[in-house]
Amino acid sequence: MDLNLTPNEQKFRDEFREWLGANLPAPWQGSTNSEDRSDYIRYLREWQQKLYLGGWAGISWPQQFGGRGASLMEQAIFQEELARANAPQLIGTIGLSLVGPTIIAMGTDEQKARYLAPILSGEEIWCQGFSEPNAGSDLASLSTKAVRDGDDFVVNGQKIWTSFAQLADWCLQLVRTDTEAPKHKGITCLLVDMRSEGISVRPLRQMSGDSGFNEVFFSNVRIPVSQVLGTVNQGWTTAITALMNERANLGTAAQVVFKRNLEALIDRARTIQRNGSNATKDPIVRQKLAQAHLELEILRLNTNRALTSLTKTGIPGPEGSIQKLYWSEWNQRLQQTAQEILGPFGQLLDFDKGTWQYGYLRSRGNTIEAGTSEIQRNIIAERVLGFPKSY
Amino acid sequence: MDFDLSKPQKLLKESAREFLTRQCKPEYVRVLMETETADDAALWKEMADQGWTGIIIPEEFGGLGLGPLEMAVVSEEMGRACLPGPFLATLFGAALIEKAGSQKQKTRYLEAIAAGELKATVAQLENEANWDIEAVKLKAERNNGNYQLSGSKLFVPDSEVADLLICVARNGDGHLLLPVERTAEGLEIKPMLSMDATRKLSEVVFREVSVADADLLGADGDASGALGRAMQVATVALSAEMVGGMQWVLDTTVEYAKTRQQFGRPIGSFQAIQHQCADMLLMTESARSAVYYAAWAVGEDAPGSSTAVSIAKAYCSDAFREVSNRGIQIHGGIGFTWEHDLHLYYKRSKASEVMFGDATFHRERIARAVVD
Repeated sequence: MDLNLTPNEQKFRDEFREWLGANLPAPWQGSTNSEDRSDYIRYLREWQQKLYLGGWAGISWPQQFGGRGASLMEQAIFQEELARANAPQLIGTIGLSLVGPTIIAMGTDEQKARYLAPILSGEEIWCQGFSEPNAGSDLASLSTKAVRDGDDFVVNGQKIWTSFAQLADWCLQLVRTDTEAPKHKGITCLLVDMRSEGISVRPLRQMSGDSGFNEVFFSNVRIPVSQVLGTVNQGWTTAITALMNERANLGTAAQVVFKRNLEALIDRARTIQRNGSNATKDPIVRQKLAQAHLELEILRLNTNRALTSLTKTGIPGPEGSIQKLYWSEWNQRLQQTAQEILGPFGQLLDFDKGTWQYGYLRSRGNTIEAGTSEIQRNIIAERVLGFPKSY
Repeated sequence: MDFDLSKPQKLLKESAREFLTRQCKPEYVRVLMETETADDAALWKEMADQGWTGIIIPEEFGGLGLGPLEMAVVSEEMGRACLPGPFLATLFGAALIEKAGSQKQKTRYLEAIAAGELKATVAQLENEANWDIEAVKLKAERNNGNYQLSGSKLFVPDSEVADLLICVARNGDGHLLLPVERTAEGLEIKPMLSMDATRKLSEVVFREVSVADADLLGADGDASGALGRAMQVATVALSAEMVGGMQWVLDTTVEYAKTRQQFGRPIGSFQAIQHQCADMLLMTESARSAVYYAAWAVGEDAPGSSTAVSIAKAYCSDAFREVSNRGIQIHGGIGFTWEHDLHLYYKRSKASEVMFGDATFHRERIARAVVD
């Protein structure tokens, strides 16, 4: 056991930190939530292009496909450094972390040649068409239908909770190609051009006021059969490969943001008044801040243990579920603690630029998105504790 | 970065598990807890033969000279077995002698502890029952070139079987450490019967107990540094025991839920049960991460090691209680009986929670480090 970075890991961190110091763009000053976001999107695309040219896009990918073959620990360091530098979000994140690795694992040589490079450079943005109005936790019950017609599939149906759909060029989509087979056996994975005729995208406004997700409607959309990723009717395997890649991300970037939020809250508590003195003098506030700190520290330690274990076994296990369950519930507790400390100020849209009310509302979604807490507990019960499947 | 036990550490843990599974079965725990001391000389000797009584004692004094992490994995297995008796108390005493004692004292006491011939405990708490050294009020008066103790210490673990009691006392603004033999004149031990019968607590009454100047551990007025560092080691050991206790409750509960049938199927097929077990796993593993890290940080003398210890103890204090609580809930009626072993761990969780400072105590320490 040695919790210090190895010399190689340190070298990797220093190299990327130095690159970031020289290449990080000035923070975006305009709105990120207005009707016309084209300037902001250009800014984000340029950022990814810069990372790509510097050799820092898709670092987990094998070198033969343009990546760096970075170790898990290096990937974690990479995410931490991005978050620490307050770097702009990665507009191509779904392509980089989910679609690319899935194409590398399941795609034909033609597909690899066609799609991988533009994912890295940010020239082509991807979204992920998995969830549907009636297929959330029970993803395999999806009903968007694709019917074979000559050399095409004709797709009809609806996807929901699709991040980046409004600006995506491509969509990794799950469709039902056999309605007679058991639900896991009739699914196919398609690479869908978002400019195809018959696709419409509608932003979905969240309770926090912003629109991070979309609904996507498919009406007689024709997709060539060459666009199948993997094998027809075996798309569930492709989906699991993709979801494993999603959950292999142990939330290292989020933790840096959490730490920043907790520090901001402690700073706030030093000035806000409670019973005639600073809130940080109040024993109850002290207890709650200490609890938030210790739980966040344990989240970091759990992450490092999981990274060590994944590095040694090479097999993504249920670690992702344990991490997801922990961080999502932690963030809700932190935001509740913030509201308690701030009192009536916490609800204001213009107090501290509205970050506390926004954080409180946004955190409500954390235990739902990317697999609900209930689904994560099911996975832990089944895969770690060996209980029978309960659903 | 490598957050995993080394191969020798894993082997040590396995051998401890194997030894305790054989030598410290639940029925044996029940036999010992009905005795006055919860101690068994034969078992103590065998543990000494394993080297455990000297696990953190330097090799020059006959110990194994291992670090806090090795100690933690053995303690974890002891907690899993709910090992009764004065091991933890003696470990605390040994750590304190190692931090504060002179070469001569170390030779005298540590060699005997490592050999399994001396058991020790630390007498610290008083009426306020506060683990902060500033709460120690018992005065060591000067008398004819000796120190003289009059007063009483509470919640002293295993003092009826400890050969040596290290008394934390006050002299003016400073504190000092006075080793007192159990047989010393003027010393009386009164049991404080408590719910966890596997770890006995006592009141220790000092009536003009005399300690020679030369016997003082460390300098007069200089106790707080050594006591703080020894308590870090002991707190890591206790927290590791708690992780082992949680693991036993989790394993036992999952096993029960897989076999107990209601409504024609195992209760472990219901999500209401599964989700509780998932939470128990999350708490157990999180506690383990916190304890291993604290052990590593103490061993490396890493910056923030005292906060790391507070994090481990604060988390384990809440988590062990909660895991035991849910374990009994899932067992239902059988879990509430004397016959089932769960209550041994439920009681141990409560006793461990308040030893060396509860979660509230350690959260305040964390707040001093990160909020002030």
